Amino acid sequence: MGVMPEKIQTGANSAGADKDVSAKKLGEQLADKGFLLTTTDDIITWARTGSLHWMTFGLACCAVEMIHGAMPRYDLERFGTAPRASPRQADLMIVSGTVTNKMAPAVRKLYDQMPEPRYVLSMGSCANGGGYYHYSYSVVRGVDRLIPVDVYVPGCPPTAEALVYGIMQLQRKIRRTGTIER
Amino acid sequence: MSEALMDLGARIEAKRPEQVAGWHVTLDELTVEIRTNALPGFIEFLKADTGCRFTTLVDITAVDWPERETRFDVVYHLLSMWQNHRIRVKCAVGEGDMVPSITGVHKAANWYEREVFDMFGILFADHPDMRRILTDYGFRGHPLKKDFPTTGYTEVRYDEAQKRVVYEPVSLVQEYRQFDFMTPWEGAEYILPGDEKGEAKE
Repeated sequence: MGVMPEKIQTGANSAGADKDVSAKKLGEQLADKGFLLTTTDDIITWARTGSLHWMTFGLACCAVEMIHGAMPRYDLERFGTAPRASPRQADLMIVSGTVTNKMAPAVRKLYDQMPEPRYVLSMGSCANGGGYYHYSYSVVRGVDRLIPVDVYVPGCPPTAEALVYGIMQLQRKIRRTGTIER
Repeated sequence: MSEALMDLGARIEAKRPEQVAGWHVTLDELTVEIRTNALPGFIEFLKADTGCRFTTLVDITAVDWPERETRFDVVYHLLSMWQNHRIRVKCAVGEGDMVPSITGVHKAANWYEREVFDMFGILFADHPDMRRILTDYGFRGHPLKKDFPTTGYTEVRYDEAQKRVVYEPVSLVQEYRQFDFMTPWEGAEYILPGDEKGEAKE
């Protein structure tokens, strides 16, 4: 019975920083001074990632998956998001579904009505690049022909899980590239 | 089922001999072909006649036969909740011909006829609101005509300089392909590269 030595790392150390140590340091700082220090950029981007108010822009079957995402099983609101009915209250536009030529000016108008900073998540094949209707006479070949897109979620339709992942990627993007500069 | 429809077809033809151009029962479905000038009256007859009582208008659509002299078929589907039977009424219409509207008989025909006009360009006479219903504002052409290209003529894009959505002629990055679900060895009508060598040997 040979005992295999487990958890002995022979390569380069890839464990990263000790999270317990950094948390302990934070706790000590808080206990010592009674406050924490961070940069304004960091705290603002952190606040933005935690309060993505998304505009419900359901155009086709993808909308159903978006609704699934908001329902208890995946519960998007635990990421601090909230569905808003008005573009003036929204930070994020989830374009979920087929954008038709007739709809195109409305999509752009609603995007223009959103306050800065604003983000766009294109959900599903149709919004990404026309998808199944790419060669149709009445469908826009990708919503990025109308508005700048931050995150593309592939699928036809993408699962609610994929949408949640897309929103997490967007939060990651905001964290990394977020700035208060205009 | 089929016999009842045969009786119904014979009855309709007997009652309106000058309007019915022909009828047949296929796959347990009755189809009656009528002359275009008979239109509002014939549908009204189907609605009022005690043996028919087709009071529900299910659908109006059209079929494009580009090779035919009278190019379109306008098709009406009717249902009788009273007698529990259905009927399909067809009439042949040439390009540019006006078809009498049946909105006076069935109010539900309003949007169906608008849709038929939008998709095929068939005009309906005496329609209260004859304009497009589905396609884009200012759309040109009628998409379900066989000579209308799938990709249409225009596409939209947001123009940063003009600050609005603009229409442009279609320019496709990749050409539309018709897939025939055949392998290149079966489906190709051209000589595959390299195949001419095998032919030369024999």
